[in-house]
Amino acid sequence: MSEIFRAKIKENRPLTNHHYLLTLHPLINIALPNPGQFFMLSVDESLDPLLKRPFSVHRTVEGGFQILYRVVGKATKILSAKSPGDEIEALGPLGNGFPLNISNSENVILTAGGMGIAPMLALADKIAGLKPLLFYGARTAGELLCLDDFRDSGIEPIISTDDGTCGRKGSVIDSLESYISSAGSNNFGLYACGPKPMLSSLSKFCAKHEITAYMALEESMACGIGTCLGCVVKTNEGYKRVCKEGPVFSSREIIW
Amino acid sequence: MQRGAGLFFKGDNLVIDLSVSIGKIKLKNPVMTASGTFGYGDEFAEYFDIGRLGAVVVKGLSLKPKQGNPPPRIVETPAGMLNSIGLQNIGAEKFINEKLPFLRKHDTTVVVNFFGDTIEEYVEAAEILSSADGIHALEMNISCPNKEEGWSIFGTDPKVTAKVVNAVRKSTSLNLIVKLSPNVTDIAQMAKVAEDAGADAVSLINTITGMAVDIKTRRPRLANIKGGLSGPAIRPVAVRMVWECYNAVKIPVIGMGGIVTADDAVEFIIAGASAIAVGTGNFVTPLASMNVLEGIEKYMSDEGINSIDELRGSLICG
Repeated sequence: MSEIFRAKIKENRPLTNHHYLLTLHPLINIALPNPGQFFMLSVDESLDPLLKRPFSVHRTVEGGFQILYRVVGKATKILSAKSPGDEIEALGPLGNGFPLNISNSENVILTAGGMGIAPMLALADKIAGLKPLLFYGARTAGELLCLDDFRDSGIEPIISTDDGTCGRKGSVIDSLESYISSAGSNNFGLYACGPKPMLSSLSKFCAKHEITAYMALEESMACGIGTCLGCVVKTNEGYKRVCKEGPVFSSREIIW
Repeated sequence: MQRGAGLFFKGDNLVIDLSVSIGKIKLKNPVMTASGTFGYGDEFAEYFDIGRLGAVVVKGLSLKPKQGNPPPRIVETPAGMLNSIGLQNIGAEKFINEKLPFLRKHDTTVVVNFFGDTIEEYVEAAEILSSADGIHALEMNISCPNKEEGWSIFGTDPKVTAKVVNAVRKSTSLNLIVKLSPNVTDIAQMAKVAEDAGADAVSLINTITGMAVDIKTRRPRLANIKGGLSGPAIRPVAVRMVWECYNAVKIPVIGMGGIVTADDAVEFIIAGASAIAVGTGNFVTPLASMNVLEGIEKYMSDEGINSIDELRGSLICG
């Protein structure tokens, strides 16, 4: 059950020059969001930007929830200038979220690329007991976020960067490949979020190793509640709405 | 205090009458939803009682389901958005079996938007929809710009418009609304053509054909290259066209295009609209139509206006 509600900004903390951690306290009681679900946030009362923007839940906290975002355009720039005490309109929680029981897998692997790290902390919080591994790739060391939050949950991120400034040089899939070959088992369940090209390659990788994988997708969307049909993704059962049937899909469903 | 269908009382005196007539049917208030922005009503019922609406206009239906265009299908532009959904829909039959029963449970007027690739398809769809229980009016989409070349002619060539509206008119006794395209030189002429062909009302405007380019990749930002522009950016164009049509025809004009607030809606009514529809505004907030309804009541109360009839077409020029 989702709600349209106003929320007070508790904190809007810069983590780097262009990444922020936003803590929102809804002014009404809302359903507790599941990992992988998202909220539509209205960044301004004006009509430009017009539409709400979708943001995945980074973490649920006392009194509300957190959003981890990168300033990429006009709306996120406006959002980054908001101060504690400001109120914004929000809609959610929306979407399906990650299925939490991946059957027949001994080990759980979280895979994040870039801002794909955002929903992974909420998921790690939820399934910490399964001692998941986190493979985390970014362009460069300065773009790696919330490493200590994962460490606090007992997860030591296995890092790769495109430029080699932290962890292994190369893609997150290179790291996964060498891990899987050394582990000698493919009995893994995998959750992933990241840029489309990464998810597409990861999907092929998982198919090759027969790994069950669930991936949180991102698409431009207007309404977030299933009516505009703007956010569709091609699946083996035709177009599906990222906002409603997703944002989490089995990697086998998606036609990349 | 509200006592039912659009009538407002203060003490025992009727103060405000929000009801409006569209052809043969009466809406309890002038607030409708624009086709394609409200699904089949079910998603919005989670946020408010859709029975409060003057009318629900559902996503355009064709005889057979359509899968629509490849993504990306939407892009936001200044105070607006471009879409090329490509008329994705579940088809008339599935709508009647799976969605209409839900709508029938609500105390609102159900308007079904539909389209076809040929005149025969229009007629067949109109016949099937007319035989279903719980549909109060049909809205013919002759103006969607998202089809392959050759199709948009239904909404832009007056002779073809007359032919298709005539054919549909003969196949249904339901209230027939013709939704007009703004992508024409003289929309008042098109309204007149629809009226002469037997339409009970015209609705306008559909989206304005537009385009956006990613300057880094030099690629169009929609997979379909062109799309339909909607939202507050197009409102002045829509108000002007509603005013032109209001002056050209005797049948009611339903106004839409960028309505997000009650002030926007009142502009349309003053320009001549008998009813208005909230479209892209539903995407801005799912409560937009209710905000508009409550705001119209407040405006009328503040201005001492007793009925929509009194306000409609009250534009003062000169």
